[in-house]
Amino acid sequence: MTPADAASGLGASVPWATAVLAWSITIAQVLLALAMACAVLRMLQGPRAQDRVLGLDTFYVNTMLLLLTFGLRTGSDIYFEAALVISLLGFVGSVAFAKFLMRGEVIE
Amino acid sequence: MSLLGRIFPYPRLFVALLAMWLLLNRSASPGQIILGAIIAYVASWTMAAFQPPPVRVRRPLAVLKLGWRVLADIFRSNYAVARIILFSRNPGFTSGFMTIPLEMKDQYGLATLSIILAATPGTLWIDYDPAKGDLLLHVLDLVDESHWTELVKHRYETLLMEIFE
Amino acid sequence: MMMNAPDLPGWAALAVSFFLMAGAIITFIGSVGLWRLESFYARVHAPTLGATLGTGGVLIASMICFSVLQTRPVLHEVLIAVFLTVTTPVTLMLLARAALHRDRVEASPDVPGPRLPWERKRRQRQ
Repeated sequence: MTPADAASGLGASVPWATAVLAWSITIAQVLLALAMACAVLRMLQGPRAQDRVLGLDTFYVNTMLLLLTFGLRTGSDIYFEAALVISLLGFVGSVAFAKFLMRGEVIE
Repeated sequence: MSLLGRIFPYPRLFVALLAMWLLLNRSASPGQIILGAIIAYVASWTMAAFQPPPVRVRRPLAVLKLGWRVLADIFRSNYAVARIILFSRNPGFTSGFMTIPLEMKDQYGLATLSIILAATPGTLWIDYDPAKGDLLLHVLDLVDESHWTELVKHRYETLLMEIFE
Repeated sequence: MMMNAPDLPGWAALAVSFFLMAGAIITFIGSVGLWRLESFYARVHAPTLGATLGTGGVLIASMICFSVLQTRPVLHEVLIAVFLTVTTPVTLMLLARAALHRDRVEASPDVPGPRLPWERKRRQRQ
């Protein structure tokens, strides 16, 4: 227990609870990686262009969540920025793709 | 237009932008508040150049009620869709399109409804015909069409009309 | 694999574990749906699970973790939540409309047609 914890009155860390946390972060990372694999599978399989774009959009969201989980593991704030940027870029990209599928061109 | 309205064209937008700025910078120091206020002020005047029709929220309490209802429905529909995905032998077999006639005309109400329907898994707003007021909806579990009509008309539309019209 | 975890008080560690696991499981189910469901229009519904409760769970876990670590309320995760709530519907709606448009052009029997009147008018004007 660090002095900061004692001063804040939030309580001390418990070894078994920290172990539970470590395990659940690992399991969550595996699950999110599998979710990304499903999205990639859909991207590769298609069958049509809209299925691939949907797969890509899901892939972006899953990546963002995996980054946040990495941030939890390391206890650092840096991953948050990356997650925010990915969610912004994912949105713009998917909208551009959808426009392209509808009109055959992105900028009218 | 009152004096306050002439200085702050969109007070709610101003507050939201300032809050976003402070959250992004993770500090509420006086310097950040001033900088954020300047940016939010300029941005809300930029918004004024678009001249969007004014939003009239009639009953603020009904907004809370709507938020609670949507949250409960997100949990319920997440469960329903997860069950279809995991346990249905032929998932997606019962999905289909349906149309619902809407009485609501307010565009902010319609926009809110579209976000609600898209944010609850299992329903997706596809298209809206402003001339006839028909909403084209895609539903994952289209066994009972009247259930979904009931959901949209009575659970959301009446409340949204109370709020916006 | 690294097995370290932030040094949180017991209750916070358990709460973070719970919300993180819930979010990850729901996101995973949504992505499995994307892979398993049989038609495009059915698949459109699957990613919404990850974008609503899945993201919500992970973001709440992150908020609890960093608020306790830095002993002050850390709320900037709300930005991602607000942003996803506003953008995901737009993406899915546009994609579904694009798919519907393409299917109507091909006169597919699975989608409602014929083309709706206001769309026909727009086409004539062009």
